[in-house]
Amino acid sequence: MLRLEAVDAFYGDVQALFGISLEVPAGGIFALVGANAAGKTTTLRVVSGLVAPRHGRVVFDGRDLARVPAAQRVELGIVQVPEGRRLFPFMTVTENLLLGAHAVRARAERDATLRYVYRLFPVLEERAAQLAGSLSGGEQQMCAIGRALMARPRLLMLDEPTLGLAPVLVGRIFETVRTINADGVTVLLVEQNVRQALTLATHACVLESGKLVLEGAGRALLVDERLKRAYLGL
Amino acid sequence: MDPAARLGPAQIDVVAQLAVSTLLLGGIYALIAVGLTLIFGIMRVVNFAHGEFLMLGMYLAFFAFTLRGVDPYLVLIIAIPIFYLVGLFVYVLVMRGVIHASHNVQIFTTVGLSTALQNIALVMWTGDFRIIRPWESSVVLRAAGTAFNLAQVVAFAVAVALTVALMAFMKWTHTGRVMRATAQDRDAATLMGIDTDRVYRLTFAIGIACVGAAGVLVSPLYAAYPQAGLQFVTLAYVVVVLGGLGDMAGAMLGSLIVAAVEVGGSYIFGAAWKEVFYFLLFIGVLVFRPAGLLGQRGAETLGA
Ligand SMILES: Nc1ncnc2c1ncn2[C@@H]1O[C@H](COP(=O)(O)OP(=O)(O)OP(=O)(O)O)[C@@H](O)[C@H]1O
Ligand SMILES: [Mg+2]
Repeated sequence: MLRLEAVDAFYGDVQALFGISLEVPAGGIFALVGANAAGKTTTLRVVSGLVAPRHGRVVFDGRDLARVPAAQRVELGIVQVPEGRRLFPFMTVTENLLLGAHAVRARAERDATLRYVYRLFPVLEERAAQLAGSLSGGEQQMCAIGRALMARPRLLMLDEPTLGLAPVLVGRIFETVRTINADGVTVLLVEQNVRQALTLATHACVLESGKLVLEGAGRALLVDERLKRAYLGL
Repeated sequence: MDPAARLGPAQIDVVAQLAVSTLLLGGIYALIAVGLTLIFGIMRVVNFAHGEFLMLGMYLAFFAFTLRGVDPYLVLIIAIPIFYLVGLFVYVLVMRGVIHASHNVQIFTTVGLSTALQNIALVMWTGDFRIIRPWESSVVLRAAGTAFNLAQVVAFAVAVALTVALMAFMKWTHTGRVMRATAQDRDAATLMGIDTDRVYRLTFAIGIACVGAAGVLVSPLYAAYPQAGLQFVTLAYVVVVLGGLGDMAGAMLGSLIVAAVEVGGSYIFGAAWKEVFYFLLFIGVLVFRPAGLLGQRGAETLGA
């Protein structure tokens, strides 16, 4: 579904990604793990179009995205839940969710999708009229995921959705990711909870200082000696 | 006993007259300021050329009236779409290039635009004061011990209607939500599929349409000349700061306060003092309530 071919990305003169190539197959959960500053967020931003790669290609459904601006990629079904949630803080939960359905493709089914999101996260319906900035961390994350679902993603990219959440909430978010995937959405998941992410993932890769160092089936990586040493503290 | 009744219909009740004058003036100021605060709130650009679009609106009404005999209120109907298009054009030509530039670059650009528009007006239409007197400026209305002319009342009513319509648009329409979202987090808005360049274009065009409409509305009351915008726009900055940068409800309140200071100050101390009062107010707000009278939340609130 999504293919990166030898992608180099820079912030000014600083190179953040070095020749990243990876393939996210349709229908699965693809986990992207790695230490801080490894380039995970940058990889997602290259796919969503917030960062333009200097070299290499991003191909979605066989189409080169080089000339597709970021806002237009949502129309294709590429939707990113940014790191740190990035809700519109002075708008209500409902307003945030409705903004998710801005894409033409999503707007037609807005009411049905809203019901789906409320079923997935009943707390959002209870908090509908509350300002997003005043939600708890867990609720904000649910709102951010809900807002992205409103765009009717085909590829949903989640950037550290469990960051800063209590363990019980972490479990809930992972459970939700599984549900969303079961409902037919391909997921690209960036996570610090390496063990849980790899358990859930069908495919995974490990980034280190902007380079792809390991790649394979999720559970296979879980028993990989190098990964164990580096990330699981075994 | 009602003082107005005691004084008789031809008499003027000073307090009531000052209050009504404040209200009428405040409504017009609100329409000027609301476009300025909208552009600032969403684009983070202070449009120093705002007054020049007001001036252009005044000239449009002047020429339509003197050359074609068209009443300013008819001109208003076409002025709104015309200035909307002018706003789009100026955005694409001038503002787009500096929207992500530093504040210094933006200030130079809009001040430059202001100077350019003033000089174009000077070259094309000379520096003469151009005054029109359509029928509505000589109709005097009297009520409850006050007197004012019809043009003031219409300008007030239309200005308030447009301002309220704009606030409702920002609050309740999808496009209004999209504009507020872009102001609050541009990248997040992009990730929702929002074309932020389109949002800025629309914002600028709406702001210019408002101030252009205000120019037409004040044309029966004030003379048009190349620097005509300045007298209004200085007070619009005071209004915007008073109300909180980017806060439209605050701009309404700020307009009334500035109008009250102007009307009251002119009555007590003489009209020459009014600018002194604006700036005392301005400095006072910057010192004591830099976030504006209505709150701490800053420009991001935009209609929330
Ligand atoms: N806006 C930016 N400007 C300059 N450099 C940046 C910017 N964003 C990221 N970088 C740099 O690019 C590199 C990769 O950053 P990135 O955010 O992709 O890492 P990450 O894997 O997501 O890290 P984390 O786990 O901390 O979120 C880092 O060295 C970082 O300092
Ligand atoms: Mg990151």
